Amino acid sequence: MNIVNILEEIEKVDGEIYERLNPRRSAMKDFYNMGKKVALAAMPLALGSMFTKAYGQSTPAKVTNVLKFALTLEYLEYHFYNHAVEAAPGLIPAGLPLGAIKTIRDHEKAHVALLRGALGADAGDALPYTAFDFTAGGAFADVYTNYDTFLAVAQAFEDTGVRAYKGQATELMGSGVLTVALQIHSVEARHAAHIRTMRAGRGAKIKPWISLGAGGVANDTGIGAVDPVYAGENTDMQAGVTITGIASGVTKAAAVESFDEPLAKADVLTIAGLFIK
Amino acid sequence: MKNLQEQEKQELLPVERSVFTAPLQRRSFLQFAGAGAAAVALVAAGCKKDKNNDGPMVPGGVTLDFKDDFGVLNYAYALEQLEAAFYIKVASNLPSGFTAEQKTYFQDIQFHEIAHREFFKKALGTAAIGSLEVNFESIDFTSASSVLGAAMAFEDLGVGAYNGAGKLLTTPDYLVLAGKIVSVEARHAAYIRDLISPGSFASSPQVDDSGLDKALSPKDVLAAAGKYIKTKINVTNLA
Repeated sequence: MNIVNILEEIEKVDGEIYERLNPRRSAMKDFYNMGKKVALAAMPLALGSMFTKAYGQSTPAKVTNVLKFALTLEYLEYHFYNHAVEAAPGLIPAGLPLGAIKTIRDHEKAHVALLRGALGADAGDALPYTAFDFTAGGAFADVYTNYDTFLAVAQAFEDTGVRAYKGQATELMGSGVLTVALQIHSVEARHAAHIRTMRAGRGAKIKPWISLGAGGVANDTGIGAVDPVYAGENTDMQAGVTITGIASGVTKAAAVESFDEPLAKADVLTIAGLFIK
Repeated sequence: MKNLQEQEKQELLPVERSVFTAPLQRRSFLQFAGAGAAAVALVAAGCKKDKNNDGPMVPGGVTLDFKDDFGVLNYAYALEQLEAAFYIKVASNLPSGFTAEQKTYFQDIQFHEIAHREFFKKALGTAAIGSLEVNFESIDFTSASSVLGAAMAFEDLGVGAYNGAGKLLTTPDYLVLAGKIVSVEARHAAYIRDLISPGSFASSPQVDDSGLDKALSPKDVLAAAGKYIKTKINVTNLA
């Protein structure tokens, strides 16, 4: 076991490892002194103790930033659904539709609680409903009176959420939070598929998965106002491999449907910003 | 002479074979992944021989070696092979109980899974495991409910598998690729769940009270998938 190799491995996931260790010279010194006395078999334990000292209880800044970003999006989704359920009577038909929206609302609420718990003191003040404008400055003026508008915005939020989590996953590599983020990510995808199915049930030409838009455009919803949500979703290149025609029957549409694309944080914030006062 | 070389190749473990032939055939993937990751993978593969105590590969078996990202990607490739084989069989003779829309969407899903399978095969190149032989004896392909039940099991399992495997990956680009696929699997799962029971797209216990999907270890996933796979799958270097 070579301490230099181990540190190099850690540096891959935490570029600041050396800076982290530096202010705690005593931890390093203790470790080296102990290394002379401790048998090789006990080294992993000694290492564990060194890193506990080096890292303390702090979360790397880039992980905190992702969690804060995700928390804002979860508040956005939670308030959007909660207001529809609580303050827009008759908007969502009773029975299955209302049940589904409540299920999704409850998940978003749970995600908020989860992220606040992970952030601890960094979570900041709770965002209230009044922090948002779900009409997006009038672009969706009837969002709480027209069920179809409501579903269209819901779909945009869910598809954006999927892309947002996907885009941040690499920032969480090496952190225990990664798996939790992935577990949220696939739930958002389930929501997205269901909202799409709800819209299809009302006549929208849309599939549970993001397909190729008419004429080959990325936006498959037919609603121009949500173009930024789907930017880049019409690619059929993955890791340098062209998916279209990779096997018999794999059309461009199938290729596009087979892979969901990530969205950069800045692009997600531009979309979310339309709904934040 | 040619036969001898062939024989020699046969006797090599897959991981060693991949080291010999990787540079050219993996070119497109590695260009994307970056030379650094490639070097790490190849060096790791090269070291394997020294401490390799494994016997020769079981005839017809495959080995998932989780020592590096290629093992994780092959794990995904194995699951995509299973899903593709299932949907190909479904689509070849769709249950008469399916609606027109269900028939269309099951064709769609078939091509998604084929695309995933072929993508991994092409991307992994010579590092790819062989083709798995499947066993679908427990599924009644003429029954809509039997097909839907199996489809739900495969999709939920796939989602849990990708969610659990994310932390095993060390190359950022591969994590993003896994993410691109898992959300499509989750969309499939939601759609199929809604067909079985409307509104169950994210039901408990698949999604827990914290709003979290499952994240399964490869061990649990392979145990669940095992009944559908005839080929022996050997797993090594899984913590």
